[in-house]
Amino acid sequence: MFKFSAASDWMLFLLFSAVVLTMPIWLAPIGANYPDLMQRFAIFGLFAIGFNLLFGLTGYLSFGHAAFLGVGSYTAVWSFKLLTMNVLPAIGLAILTAGLFALVIGFVSLRRSGIYFSILTLAFAQMSYNLAYSVLTPITNGESGLQLTLSDPRVIDTAMGEVVGRSLPSTNLFGIKMSGMPGFYFCAVVLIIGFFISLRIFRSPFGTMLRAIKSNQTRMSYTGFNTRPYLLAVFVISGMYAGLAGGLMAVTDPLAGAERMQWTASGEVVLMTILGGAGTLIGPVLGAGIIKYFENIFSAYNTTQLNQVFAALPDGLQEIMVSVASMFVGKSWHLTLGLMFVIVVIFLPGGIMEGVRRIGGLFRRGQKSPESASAAAASTTQA
Amino acid sequence: MDAILLQILNGLDKGGAYALIALGLTLTFGTLGVVNFAHGALFMLGAFCAVSLNQLLTLSTKVKDESITFFDAFKEVPILEAKFPTWGPIIVDYSVPLSIIVAIPVMLLIGWIMERGLIRHFYKRAHADQILVTFGLAIVLQEIIKHFYGANPIPQLAPAAVATSANIGAWFGLGDNIVYPWWRLIYLAFALLVIGAAFAFLRFTTFGMVVRAGMQDRETVGLLGIDIERRFTIVFALAAVCAGLAGVMYTPILPPDYHIGMDFLVLSFVVVVVGGMGSLGGAVAAGFLLGILQSFASMTEVKSIIPGIDQIIIYLVAVVVLLTMPRGLMGRKGVMED
Repeated sequence: MFKFSAASDWMLFLLFSAVVLTMPIWLAPIGANYPDLMQRFAIFGLFAIGFNLLFGLTGYLSFGHAAFLGVGSYTAVWSFKLLTMNVLPAIGLAILTAGLFALVIGFVSLRRSGIYFSILTLAFAQMSYNLAYSVLTPITNGESGLQLTLSDPRVIDTAMGEVVGRSLPSTNLFGIKMSGMPGFYFCAVVLIIGFFISLRIFRSPFGTMLRAIKSNQTRMSYTGFNTRPYLLAVFVISGMYAGLAGGLMAVTDPLAGAERMQWTASGEVVLMTILGGAGTLIGPVLGAGIIKYFENIFSAYNTTQLNQVFAALPDGLQEIMVSVASMFVGKSWHLTLGLMFVIVVIFLPGGIMEGVRRIGGLFRRGQKSPESASAAAASTTQA
Repeated sequence: MDAILLQILNGLDKGGAYALIALGLTLTFGTLGVVNFAHGALFMLGAFCAVSLNQLLTLSTKVKDESITFFDAFKEVPILEAKFPTWGPIIVDYSVPLSIIVAIPVMLLIGWIMERGLIRHFYKRAHADQILVTFGLAIVLQEIIKHFYGANPIPQLAPAAVATSANIGAWFGLGDNIVYPWWRLIYLAFALLVIGAAFAFLRFTTFGMVVRAGMQDRETVGLLGIDIERRFTIVFALAAVCAGLAGVMYTPILPPDYHIGMDFLVLSFVVVVVGGMGSLGGAVAAGFLLGILQSFASMTEVKSIIPGIDQIIIYLVAVVVLLTMPRGLMGRKGVMED
C-alpha cells in the first residue's frame, strides 16, 4: 500500500516535510516566525488540503465547509471540558464528529450537482450557523463562544489524579503543553500526515476515479460506475480534514465560536484553494499560507503607521495616499481579500501553481533549439 | 385568527423583498446564464442610496438657538430647513421615497458597469468561476460601503405621515387587534407594483419578447440576427434596479448595514432554487411563500413545539424541495439542469 508510483513523489513529500518543519528558520527574515501565525499556516493548510480533495478532484464547489470546521472546534472543546486536556482524544473526536456531519450533509447534497450542490451546502452551513447561535446555545454557548471553566468535570484527568489549580489547565500532549512552539510542531506534524494522505489519494485509483467524475460524470455512469459512493466518500474525507483543522484550532486556543461557521469562512477556504491552484497538491497549502500571511501583515497596519510610510510625500498628497491606503489595511483588509479573489479568478484561474508552471514552461522552451520551440508552439496552437 | 392574519402580513413584506431580489437573480440566471453572488450587494447599494440622500439632505449648519437667551447658544439645523423653512422639512421627511428617484439612475449605471466590466467576460466560463468572481465582487462592494459608512446599522425614518400604524382589522370588521405599520403596507404595495411592472415589461414589449425568447434559447435568438448581448446588458441593469429599489424601500423597516446584502442574498438564492431556476413566476411565488412560512415559524406557539424552527425553516424547505422536486416549484425542463 505504501508504494509510491514514482520516486518524485517521495522527493515531493520529503521536501514538503522539510519546508514545513523548518518554517521557524526561513520565515524569520519576513518576521512571520512566531508560533501563533505558523500554527494558523498549518491549520488552514490542512483545511485547504481537505477542501481541495473535494473541489480540486471532483469539481464540486462546496460553500459550506466552514460548518465542519466549526463542528470540529466545538467537539474538541467539549472533549477538553468533559474528558481530558490531552489533545489526542479531542482531535480524534473532532474528526469523527465532522465526518458524521459530512456523511449526513453529503448524503443529501450530493443528490444534486453544479450550482444546486453549492446552494445546498451553503444552506446546510447557514442552518448550522443559525442553530449554533440560537437553539443549540446549551451546547455552543451562543455568542460568547464555548470556553473552558474551572468547574469542568474532565473525567479522565480527575481519574488520573490530576488536580486543577487556580488557573485553567492548558491543552497538552502527554504533559507537553500545546502552546507556543510545541503547539506549532504538533500542527506541523499533523499537516505533514494530512499532506501524505492527500498525496496518496491523488495517486490512487480512487483519485483517478474522482478526476474522471470531474471531466465527465455522465460518461462515467454510462460505463457502469455508480459515481455517488465515490463522491460521498471524498466529501466525508474532506469534511474530516475540516474537522481536524477545527480541532487543531481548539488545541492551540481552547475556544470555539459560531463565527467560524459563517459562510464568509467557507468562502475564505475556497479562495485559498483557488489562489494556490485547485487540483494541485501544493497549491492549497501555498494559498492558505499566503492569505494568512497577508491577513496578518495588512490587518496590523493603522493610520499612524501609514503616515510614517508615506511621510516622504508632500503634505496634501500624503493625506490622500493615507486615506486611500487605509481602505485596504487594518479592519478593511477584507477589501484586499475580495480584490485578490476577483483578480485571481479573472487572470489566473489555475492559481499560483499554474503561473509557476507557465513560467517553468517558458524556461524549458528557452533551452530547446528555436526550431523545436516554434514547432511545439505550432502544435499547441493546433491543439 | 388575528395572530394568523398578522403573521401573513408580516411574511408578505419580507416576502416582497425576497421576491424582488429573487426576480432579478432569476432574470440574470435565465438570460445571461450567470450565477450572480453579488446580487445581494446591489440590494445593499440601493439601501445606501437612501442613506446617502438622507445624509445629503440633512447636511447641517450651526444656527443661533433663539430659545436660550442667557448666552449665545447654537444648534445644528439642516441647511435645507434653515434656508427654506416651509418645504425644507417636508423634503427631509420624505427622503426615503425621494431616494427612489435617485436610486433608479444610480442602480442602472452600477448594473451597466458591472455587466460591461466584469460579468460579460464570464458568460462562457464555468459556473464555479462565475460564483467565485461575483463572490469576490460582493466582498469588495461590501467593504467599500463599510469604509465610508462604518459598520453600524444606520436607521432611516419613514415619512411622519405613514410612520404610524394602520388599523386593518377595523377596515374588514375584524375587531381592533390587527394593527399594522403603514410603511410595511406601502412596502408590500410597492413590491407588487415593481414586480407587476417588470412582468408587464417582459410580457407586452418587443424588448421583453426578445428577452423571454433569449431565456428559452439564446443561441437561436442570436442566429436570428438579434444582438442579444446588448439586450442582456440592459436586463442586468434592470435586475440591479429591482434589487436596488427593494433596498431603498426596506431601509425604514430594517436599518441597513454593510452586510445586509449578504444576509438577504443567501435567502434569495434559496428562494430562486425553491421557485425553480429561470422561472420568474416561481421566484416571486416562492419569495412570498417563504416569507410567510418564516413569519409563521417565528410565532411563539410554533417555536415552543419545535425550538429554533424560525432560524432554519427556509433552508429546511429548500432541502426538501430540491430533493423531491429537483427543478423547484415551477422550474422548466432544460433550464440550468445541473
